Amino acid sequence: MSATNTEEIPGLERRLRQASIAVRRNALRMVHHAKLGHPGGDFSSTDVLVTLYLSVMKIDPRNPAWPNRDRFVMSKGHSSAALYATLAAAGMLEEAALATYMDPLSLLNGHPDRNKVAGVEANTGPLGHGLPIATGCALAAKMQRAAWRTFVLTGDGELQEGSNWEAALCAAQYKLDNLVLIVDRNRIQQGDFTESTINMNPLGEKWRAFGWHVIEVNGHNHGELLRALSGPALPGKPTCVIANTIKGHGVSFMENNPAWHHGVPTDAQLAQALDELAKEEL
Amino acid sequence: MSVEVATSADLFDCRNAFVSTLEEMAAADRRVCAVVNDSVSSTKLKGFREKFPDRFVNVGIAEQNMVGTSAGLASAGMIPFCCGASCFLTARAMEQVKVDLGYAKNNVKLCGMSSGMAYGELGPTHHSIEDLAWTRVIPNLMVVVPADPIETRAVMLWARDYVGPVFVRLSRMPVPKLLSGDFVFEPGKAVTLREGDDIALLANGVLVARALQAAEKLHERRIGARVLNMSSMAPMDREAVIAAARETRGIVTIEEASVYGGLGGAVAEIIADEHPTLVKRMGVPGVFAPTGSVEFLLEHFGLTASGIEKAAVELLNKAAMG
Repeated sequence: MSATNTEEIPGLERRLRQASIAVRRNALRMVHHAKLGHPGGDFSSTDVLVTLYLSVMKIDPRNPAWPNRDRFVMSKGHSSAALYATLAAAGMLEEAALATYMDPLSLLNGHPDRNKVAGVEANTGPLGHGLPIATGCALAAKMQRAAWRTFVLTGDGELQEGSNWEAALCAAQYKLDNLVLIVDRNRIQQGDFTESTINMNPLGEKWRAFGWHVIEVNGHNHGELLRALSGPALPGKPTCVIANTIKGHGVSFMENNPAWHHGVPTDAQLAQALDELAKEEL
Repeated sequence: MSVEVATSADLFDCRNAFVSTLEEMAAADRRVCAVVNDSVSSTKLKGFREKFPDRFVNVGIAEQNMVGTSAGLASAGMIPFCCGASCFLTARAMEQVKVDLGYAKNNVKLCGMSSGMAYGELGPTHHSIEDLAWTRVIPNLMVVVPADPIETRAVMLWARDYVGPVFVRLSRMPVPKLLSGDFVFEPGKAVTLREGDDIALLANGVLVARALQAAEKLHERRIGARVLNMSSMAPMDREAVIAAARETRGIVTIEEASVYGGLGGAVAEIIADEHPTLVKRMGVPGVFAPTGSVEFLLEHFGLTASGIEKAAVELLNKAAMG
């Protein structure tokens, strides 16, 4: 799927917003079905995922292994429901498969497995693995003099893992301007608010100090995401897009509540959430 | 697999075979690249850096990123040889080895340099005697410990062609040549270096030459020792181990590694399942080594030809007492 450059931006934004609502509804149904999952982070990252897969990235859903595809590494593998629902929206996964999320012998593990699901580039789950892998992908593109780009999504609490900063140094050293990191800056991690746990501020300055080009956006605004992710790279520098997001975005009782990091909705909560999301669609 | 052995008088640092083969492969195949953690001189890769600067990645002193970056390179079609001192490469990046390589099946070749107690005097921080126990239990990861420069070259050539993660454990301690130049490495195959039906000596890496010397001493005592090169740690040649258990009176395992979980552990698991017999596991007996050169430490732990001979005789005496 190529970037929809010719489509009128407001129309594209509307389409991405609607797709994001559909992905959230599917993701929450999946978590409810599995009685496991991480819906808070699914919902904070959904708009980023949808913008990438439905517009920004050069991919071919009929040929997910196309060598010249853009790569996407989902470092925050626990947001797998949002990833699988987005892959389905992009035509890379049968929508019916979503109903098997975490079932015995399902292809849809709680954390994604690239050997089971086409379109998944890396096996993640333990945090701090994605950025090093994405750095390797971007290095490979440079070695091969190929034009494809690599995108990677991490959480913000995830950046407490030191391996990210090893990779940050390396990506800057090798001038990987074909690498785009998106940080899902939802300010909540499993145990508490991120800033009450380990203060990540000033996050943008940290990345700038590491030699990265930094862009801050509203991570729920598809127009801002499109501009940040589709824009030309700053030559010689990797890009860090800090997507300011709300954990549990779109559902009143989930928003900004640490309990929904890995909360599972009751039947009534699912119905209310689906209803609220449907109203947002109107 | 059985081969003729001719032990050379000269000794060789297997890193030279490693690096010459790597450069030869890189010249022939643009997918071959090297990733290091600042370890440019200890891996002997200065020449590679000069010849192939575009395919040489130095991530700095950062092993997690070294292995993760290698996984990314492999996922995009490169064949990265990820090289660093085995003690740091395995211990610091073990989760990346498990997840990014074993679980994800990324086509990365880990080259653990100066393994075992090769860094002798530098102390237990720099010894890598746990790496075999850690790596051999990771599904999909092939683990190989070459015995001499010929096998080092054969393993490197095989590793380039095999699609999947591999851990090659190398030393810097000089060893004699044992194998002939046309040797071809086969994973999962023990190599019989000497026939014998009284006792079996199963060794890997730098200690294979010493096991052969011990077999010669045992021959002088009219004890027939079978010597197997167990370079393929994972997968292991179960049939060869079971045959050694069935056809001899006991097995001695010999490795420059902890006696827990490495070659000795793997052999004990197989024979416990299939054909229990007496086993003597030689190696580092669950301690951090004292200070000393690698030669001193190998002698300290009895990992010499006469130490192996003594252990073999004691095992046969034990077997005779029933």
